[in-house]
Amino acid sequence: MTTAEKYVTAAFLVVLAVVLLYVVIYSFKIARLQREVEELADQVAGGLERPETEAADREPERVS
Amino acid sequence: MSLRNRPGPALAVSALALLMTAVALAFYWVPNDANQGFSQRIFYIHVPVALTSYACFIWGAWKALRLLWRHDSAYDLESYTAIHLGTIFGILTLATGSIWAKISWGHWWLWSERQLVLFLILFLFYCAYFMLRYSVDEGPRRERMSAVYALFGVVLIPVSFLAIRLAQGFIHPTVFTLDGPQMTGQIFFVFCLSWAGLLCLFAALYQTELAGKRLDRSLRELRRSMAV
Amino acid sequence: MTAYARDVVALARKDLLVELRTRETVPAMLLFVLSALVVFHFALPASTQGSDIAVAGLLWMSILFTALLGLTRSFFAEREHGLLEALVLAPCERSAIWLAKALSVMCFLLVMELIAIPAFALFYESVSGATVAAVVLADIGIATVGSLLSAVAAASRTRELLLPLLFLPLAIPIIVGGVGASVADAPGRYLGFLGLYDAIFAIMSWASFEYVVTE
Repeated sequence: MTTAEKYVTAAFLVVLAVVLLYVVIYSFKIARLQREVEELADQVAGGLERPETEAADREPERVS
Repeated sequence: MSLRNRPGPALAVSALALLMTAVALAFYWVPNDANQGFSQRIFYIHVPVALTSYACFIWGAWKALRLLWRHDSAYDLESYTAIHLGTIFGILTLATGSIWAKISWGHWWLWSERQLVLFLILFLFYCAYFMLRYSVDEGPRRERMSAVYALFGVVLIPVSFLAIRLAQGFIHPTVFTLDGPQMTGQIFFVFCLSWAGLLCLFAALYQTELAGKRLDRSLRELRRSMAV
Repeated sequence: MTAYARDVVALARKDLLVELRTRETVPAMLLFVLSALVVFHFALPASTQGSDIAVAGLLWMSILFTALLGLTRSFFAEREHGLLEALVLAPCERSAIWLAKALSVMCFLLVMELIAIPAFALFYESVSGATVAAVVLADIGIATVGSLLSAVAAASRTRELLLPLLFLPLAIPIIVGGVGASVADAPGRYLGFLGLYDAIFAIMSWASFEYVVTE
């Protein structure tokens, strides 16, 4: 490859590298968001269980 | 605007197709430039990237204007995302321009190349935009100040360009510039292809990044309402 | 006088009276510009062969950085004492606050330049009429844009750090116009450019101040 060809290729590769770097950074962000969603989902599930057990405790009173 | 929808692969696929074709054509099909030879082919990536960067800043400023007009917070993230991508494309403009300068004139930087100097000024300006956002607490105040600054930025583009032209009157005049080719049919076609591909890339990245930012904000709001 | 003009005059008078009594900003600006001019002398090696261009730039650099010093003070004191919120609540046009501030900053700059320009003429080289005209036009640009950005920076956590970052890219056209007017044979173009800059950015600052100070 001549020097000119090397530099031209380098220019195009720089663009590619930056775009790929963006993708990498973004995939980390998506992973973090996924984790947060899972945490929130657990919290919500925990919140739903408590009202259920409270309703179960109240049930025997009504029966008797 | 259709860009408000959930991100779909259509724009990304278009970007991929257009850019791959453009790069292939730029390397194998287009004739060599009479004056500069092979090195002039950087033009096919440098100038479209620069034009896309301007488009990003203008889009961001448009969203900023809508925010100030309609007082709708949704425009803040859109403006921010556009300017963020504009800055990334701006960095690419500086990088590709620098490589072109090196191969053309042997220097990594040319003060006589107006487009490059303009991008340097814009780069400084929009970095300050991010500093502004980071140093103000989230809220309508930050949104409005960012919007105002984004509008100043887009007005600065032509004013700075004029300033740079005037400055060349008293700063050591040199003949080092990065010239594009004579726009014959083939060259114009590949140039347009490349630019279209980059605009699609911007649109695809914009949708993705915007979706991510909106998701982030929704999650934070959800957390806050659950803590109550 | 309209109510708007009355508000502007009243607010500008307040700023000038405060400065007259406390004498905090202007003396500091004067000392800073003189010190800067002296420091620059030592920063220039002899190899420049006394060319016009390098020297004219020093006047403009000194003025720019001294102006930044003065601008950091312009809204920050108000912010600290909650005066800005009070002013915003007051029944006056928000842009009147900005115009008053720009006028008082302009006064401070002019006072500073009354000393800076003769000092520059003394230390370096004589100053042309075009340079003086350019300085006045540049002051308008600095005062208008600077006052807006000072209000923006005052609302941030980093304040004095942020203002130069926001302001310097916008100041580049002012420097180009100013230095051009100082050195070119036909300064008209550069003075016209400064006028254009002032018109565009003054209008933008006037229109956007409201959005910057309201909560």
